Amino acid sequence: MYAQQVETGTKTVKSLDEMGAEERAFQEKIDAEIKIEAKNWMPDNYRKTLIRQISQHAHSEIVGMLPEGNWVTRAPTLKRKLQLMAKIQDEAGHGLYLYSAMETLGADRDEEIEKLHSGRAKYSSIFNYPTLNWADMGAVGWLVDGAAIVNQVPLQRTSYGPYSRAMIRVCKEESFHQRQGYEILLHMMRHGNQAQKDMVQDAINRLWWPSLMMFGPSDADSPNSAQSMAWKIKRHTNDELRQRFIDQTIPQLELLGCTVPDPDLKWNEERGHYDFGEIQWEEFYEVLKGNGPCNRERLETRRNATQEGAWVRKAAVAHANKKQKQQAAA
Amino acid sequence: MTKYDDLTEFLLRLGDSALIQAQRLCEWTGRAPALEEELGMMNVGLDLVGQARNWYDYAAERINDGTDADALAFRRDERAFRNLLLVEQPNGDFAVTMTKQFFYDAWQFHVLTLLKNANDEHIAAIATKSLKEVTYHLRRSSQWVERLGDGTDESHQRMVNAIDTVWRFTFELVEQNDTEWSLSEAGHIPALTELPELWHATVSEVFTNATLTVPDAASTFYLSARTGMHSEHLGLLLAEMQFLQRAYPDASW
Repeated sequence: MYAQQVETGTKTVKSLDEMGAEERAFQEKIDAEIKIEAKNWMPDNYRKTLIRQISQHAHSEIVGMLPEGNWVTRAPTLKRKLQLMAKIQDEAGHGLYLYSAMETLGADRDEEIEKLHSGRAKYSSIFNYPTLNWADMGAVGWLVDGAAIVNQVPLQRTSYGPYSRAMIRVCKEESFHQRQGYEILLHMMRHGNQAQKDMVQDAINRLWWPSLMMFGPSDADSPNSAQSMAWKIKRHTNDELRQRFIDQTIPQLELLGCTVPDPDLKWNEERGHYDFGEIQWEEFYEVLKGNGPCNRERLETRRNATQEGAWVRKAAVAHANKKQKQQAAA
Repeated sequence: MTKYDDLTEFLLRLGDSALIQAQRLCEWTGRAPALEEELGMMNVGLDLVGQARNWYDYAAERINDGTDADALAFRRDERAFRNLLLVEQPNGDFAVTMTKQFFYDAWQFHVLTLLKNANDEHIAAIATKSLKEVTYHLRRSSQWVERLGDGTDESHQRMVNAIDTVWRFTFELVEQNDTEWSLSEAGHIPALTELPELWHATVSEVFTNATLTVPDAASTFYLSARTGMHSEHLGLLLAEMQFLQRAYPDASW
């Protein structure tokens, strides 16, 4: 999954002439597509923006385990249970890669997680929606991971080396989950009974718009995009990526034999793209503010896990210290 | 209620235990004390569901009435489940979860080591594959028992409480039972005579490192998973796990 709206701290992008020598050398490197590495000089705001973006991305992986965890104990067959468990395991792994990438920037994992728990750091809005039937496990794989992949594929070329390399690994696994998710739905539509087909359509109806919101605000309302793009942290605008996602997803939807809950969706021959209806931006901003359907439950679960696990982590540290002392004495 | 032959009963005991243990691990999703443990628990759970499927496939082949691994997992009631009482116990805190995991891993490790040499080729093959996974599970849970037992005062006390909570169910891990005797006499599997001693030795060794005391051997009591006499926890676990298959009996997933 990924970061949706990241503050860069700069509203106007400086030209090369306005930059000092260090910053200019940095920007020239970016322009020449040379990756920035942990020990290289970088503008303070570049560092902060990346910490925000990568941590948001990592938090999304972790919070994203919860809507699926809701169904892992109820998966209908052993095969589906195995697939879902493997997916959840991968997400925990993605969280770990991403926190490591973030730490190369000098940020501290526990501090950033504390920001998440206190509501000061965001995670993808999509995970604030509830999973209400089994088809949601397919739809999350297909639409949510699908949207994440559209966003992450260009991030494989993002200017910061450790983030770019994390994205290469993450994308491979996510693509696999996306295909599995789609296969869950295709199986239900082709071999399922009416109740199962209804579940699929219901899942799409509920998750379609929230998936489109994963790309963030429209370009007109993304004041941070220009700077992120100049730094080549982002490679495409939110609206470009959203359009790409819709264009590639509609044929898949047609193959399923389902519909989208958007009466305005239609192919535009002239543009060579699908036109689509207006996103409910009010809902989007409410979810980001913490007022979505599951924001409270998601954060509570994560906070409880951290609080209730504190004694375990303390024990691990105490034990490691004892072992170290014993070894030193021996 | 269907009573299967001894070998099938034995396969179900192995398969059901793996599946129910995995189901309890699934309940931890998003709630583990550290991110690494989310990964670790899911990893172990995945191995166990895979093992359950292998045991069930073989059991289904023997039952030979059109049943399959999914039907065995999702269409049997609690009176037909043969899993160890230990693994159906609620997760409790991380100490209870790890204590259950450790007792079960130590049991599996020794059972599978013996079964690796079974005359029954299917059993030997599944045991050989599973043993690789369980060797890792046992290392992981042993380390946690040591960390928690010999960590802080609080973690030590929680381990003492955890052992007190689940120890009584360990009688099943060391009992010598008729089914297994007749299977070894018929030459399907090696005799499991040494199992109690091996299991006890592993527990003692890890407990010593963990500064924990091994209680006196647990004695048999009213419940017995071999006859489907479970604790009240299993019914609820199955209600959750089986609901889709039960609600939509004609569905294909």
